[in-house]
Amino acid sequence: MSMKTWWLAFVGALAVLVLIALSIARMYGPVRSTPGEEAPISTSPSTPKETAHITATLFFGSPDGQTLVPVRRDVALADTVVEQGRQILNAQLSEAAQAPNVSVIPTGTKLRAFYVTERGDAFVDLSSDVITGHPGGSLNELLTVYSIVNSVIANLPAVRRVQILVDGKEADTIAGHVDLRRPLSRDDSLVHEGDEK
Amino acid sequence: MRSCEAVRRRTSFVAALILALVTTTSGQDSAPATPLTLVSRDARRTIPTTMHNGREAVALDDLATLFQLSVKEDALAGGVTVSYRGRTIVASADRPIVSVEGRVVSLPAPMVRSGRRWLVPIEFMSSALASIYDQRIELRRASRLVVLGDVRLPRVTASLDSPGPPTRATIEIAPAAAVAVNADPGRIQIRIDADGLDFSASAMSGLIDRVRVGDQPNTVVVDTNGTGRATVTTANNVARVLIEVAAVASSESRNPTPAPTPSPTPAPSTPIPDPRAAIAATRTWQTIVIDPGHGGDDVGVRSEKGMEEKGLTLDIARRLRAMVESRLGLRVILTRDDDRGLSLDERASVANNGKANLLISLHVNGSGVPDQSGAEVLHLQLDRESAEVVRVATAEGAALPTISGSVRRLDLIPWDLAQARHLDESSVLASVLQEELQRQVPMSGHPIRQAPMRLLAAANMPAALVEVAYLTNPEQAARLATDDFKTTVAQAVFSAIVRFRAWSEESQGQ
Repeated sequence: MSMKTWWLAFVGALAVLVLIALSIARMYGPVRSTPGEEAPISTSPSTPKETAHITATLFFGSPDGQTLVPVRRDVALADTVVEQGRQILNAQLSEAAQAPNVSVIPTGTKLRAFYVTERGDAFVDLSSDVITGHPGGSLNELLTVYSIVNSVIANLPAVRRVQILVDGKEADTIAGHVDLRRPLSRDDSLVHEGDEK
Repeated sequence: MRSCEAVRRRTSFVAALILALVTTTSGQDSAPATPLTLVSRDARRTIPTTMHNGREAVALDDLATLFQLSVKEDALAGGVTVSYRGRTIVASADRPIVSVEGRVVSLPAPMVRSGRRWLVPIEFMSSALASIYDQRIELRRASRLVVLGDVRLPRVTASLDSPGPPTRATIEIAPAAAVAVNADPGRIQIRIDADGLDFSASAMSGLIDRVRVGDQPNTVVVDTNGTGRATVTTANNVARVLIEVAAVASSESRNPTPAPTPSPTPAPSTPIPDPRAAIAATRTWQTIVIDPGHGGDDVGVRSEKGMEEKGLTLDIARRLRAMVESRLGLRVILTRDDDRGLSLDERASVANNGKANLLISLHVNGSGVPDQSGAEVLHLQLDRESAEVVRVATAEGAALPTISGSVRRLDLIPWDLAQARHLDESSVLASVLQEELQRQVPMSGHPIRQAPMRLLAAANMPAALVEVAYLTNPEQAARLATDDFKTTVAQAVFSAIVRFRAWSEESQGQ
């Protein structure tokens, strides 16, 4: 084979390869929007067109005071898990129960901080009003603790367990019964079945 | 009016006669249960019982004969008046409560008419009749006894320690009584200074054929296949007779002392410190701890009228302590015996350091809903992670060399998860508490719960927490103020302790 024919074959093969590469790129590459059709919604958080909401499940005491009732409420949409958790907890702490349901968290209890570890443990730091305003009784205390634990875990799939802190510190209990020294998993045995979810 | 009364009396006499006849002839009709035995100082009599709707019941006319009661039927009111020396109990048909001298006492089942007889649950004797009677009436359900008056009837429990040889067994007498032992080849006779025995024995094996009540009602006989010796020790108002039986080897047949034991010359009935005693002691109940919830600045739940949980729990705990000490002869420690604040760890350590066989924490409940009422029992629930920590600790453990050169294995369970190894027993305890409370006091819609309870987690023994009633319920708050209710609650918890102890000792003896 002369030098010239070798060179021609090489250029031909190269051209075929480039054609193949181009057609693959067309199949899998990004689809260009047709001109004049701009992306309608900006994904940038800095330009909220309208306050977006999520429907969160909060927990209140049942009318007979025995169980927790899941109740759906609109809560502002947030960008991060932690920020969303704060929104949900603020709603859980501040919203009054609608009759006939009853409130199970002492009024005036505030969220001091909320954060989530990589392991999926969330820490809910409450103001000491949760202790000073608590009426006592183990059932009351169980309902208080699990309304908070369940509302975090039910709405944030990234969270597996919740530990409640009081005034930034680990607490033994709220009213002398329920162990708060470890993160708690969700407890559905306290939730009234068959209620709206 | 008088003649009317006379006629009514005559008719009731005739009715009683007919009833008596019916009793003797048709008493076997309903499913028969093992009869109860009424034990008094002078006699033992049978109390026939029948099963009615799954509950054991006794006929009022049988009780009338045994306890010299007068029973009058008020057909108009559909009830019966039971009187003894001017004191009365009024019972209404189909209602699970009776009025005892004007106070309402609840029964586990209603009084019902069966043919011509009135049937009451057997608890009628201990919870209603006992209040108007001039002698103590105690129902010992497990041993099928009703104890009347000041009868010394200690609980005597025989259990096998090791089949051996030498075969070892322990006989416990609670409360302690003087014991005389006669050891012969083939049998050991133990005479106990009592009017009778509330006796139970587990199955024996090895060189002990069986342990039984002797010809006299206050003697216990151990039938053996060898020569035995007995050592008597007394601690905490419980007397223990440790039996050791060795085979009669043909070459040593003339030697009456057990050959295989390396111990020095054994002297029967001498309290030699026997290492077996320590082991037997762990099996036998000695101490229980009652924790009156809250205290000091921590008042617990407060009623509308200012009644505080901390005072109620202490009051009920003291009543319970008196019952357990006087009737079971056990040592009772209260975590607090005055109005002081204690941390939950301090409470748990009282129980753990006291090597208690049981911890019961007493509380009064609260709810934002005033209608909420009834008693609840709580036991520990471990979350998955804690359970895993315990599982790993138990599986790996640690090995410590001992002086003798061997290795002793230890389970390194975190101290604040000490309850982990008692979860199953605590679950039984909670069920027994629930059942006994249910007989005597109203229960909540969720009478038993499992939850991560802080105090229970650190308890190294079967443990449960009892919420006796709701102080936020005005009606229950009013009942909590009465002596009657507090005693009833203490009585129910006491009955549960008795039942759980029997179960616990039996299951450990196996």
